[in-house]
Amino acid sequence: MARMKFICDSERCIECNGCVTACKNEHEVPWGVNRRRVVTLNDGVPGEKSISVACMHCSDAPCMAVCPVNCFYKTDEGVVLHDKDVCIGCGYCSYACPFGAPQFPSQGTFGVRGKMDKCTFCAGGPEANGSQAEFEKYGRNRLAEGKLPACAEMCSTKALLAGDGDVVADIFRNRVIKRNKGAEVWGWGTAYGSKQAGQPAKEGGKS
Amino acid sequence: MNAKTGLCLLGLVGLLSACGEKPQVMGTRSDASPYSGPTGTAASYSAAGWKAGDKTSWEQSLRARAQYGQNDYTRAP
Repeated sequence: MARMKFICDSERCIECNGCVTACKNEHEVPWGVNRRRVVTLNDGVPGEKSISVACMHCSDAPCMAVCPVNCFYKTDEGVVLHDKDVCIGCGYCSYACPFGAPQFPSQGTFGVRGKMDKCTFCAGGPEANGSQAEFEKYGRNRLAEGKLPACAEMCSTKALLAGDGDVVADIFRNRVIKRNKGAEVWGWGTAYGSKQAGQPAKEGGKS
Repeated sequence: MNAKTGLCLLGLVGLLSACGEKPQVMGTRSDASPYSGPTGTAASYSAAGWKAGDKTSWEQSLRARAQYGQNDYTRAP
């Protein structure tokens, strides 16, 4: 199995916040904490785009690199998790994360002494899979139940894809080919200088 | 007598509030693999079609779930 990954298809995201709601409901995330957010660029302008953002479970995670107490660990499936018993709530991970994933709740068991909270890819924490202790600190462990993250499974337009990196990349690639507009991943042109990104739509291209 | 009772009550409140603290484990812990399945009552929420402890069946089940649940081109050609 490849690494677990999220991909958000900005051509499909309709900014409904269903993923945000699903996440909050599934894990009983306290008020004021958003493990997942929908970000819209050029809001209100024709052609605005939205994407759903949470922890991207980076392969070379900067949060892991900067954590002074080494509370992060990576599972065999490539999911970046952390141990709240070890976390000291310093906030270094928050500075390091390019996606603003780390959250610092101030109340409830989720935020014991202001410890960091973030998306777990619905994989819980170091406590026993599916235990009450795990739920209280990290939320549901859907992965151990043979399920994918609630946000992606609840996405009405299937803009947010989650699962084995090979599978989700294949689904996305297939969509891009079917739409026939060229590469559509946000930031692709900036990162790789691809001329495909940002090109005018091809004749007959759908979206 | 009243002062004594008050002191006892204060002590009791202190004791009880200390009980509210959750125990923490020091040091790095190892996490169980997700394919080992959930424990306790959570097991009843498990998705059908795979066997707890069998990595291959868990992987296949997740792949199928991702493909059929998220790839609408496989459902509506």
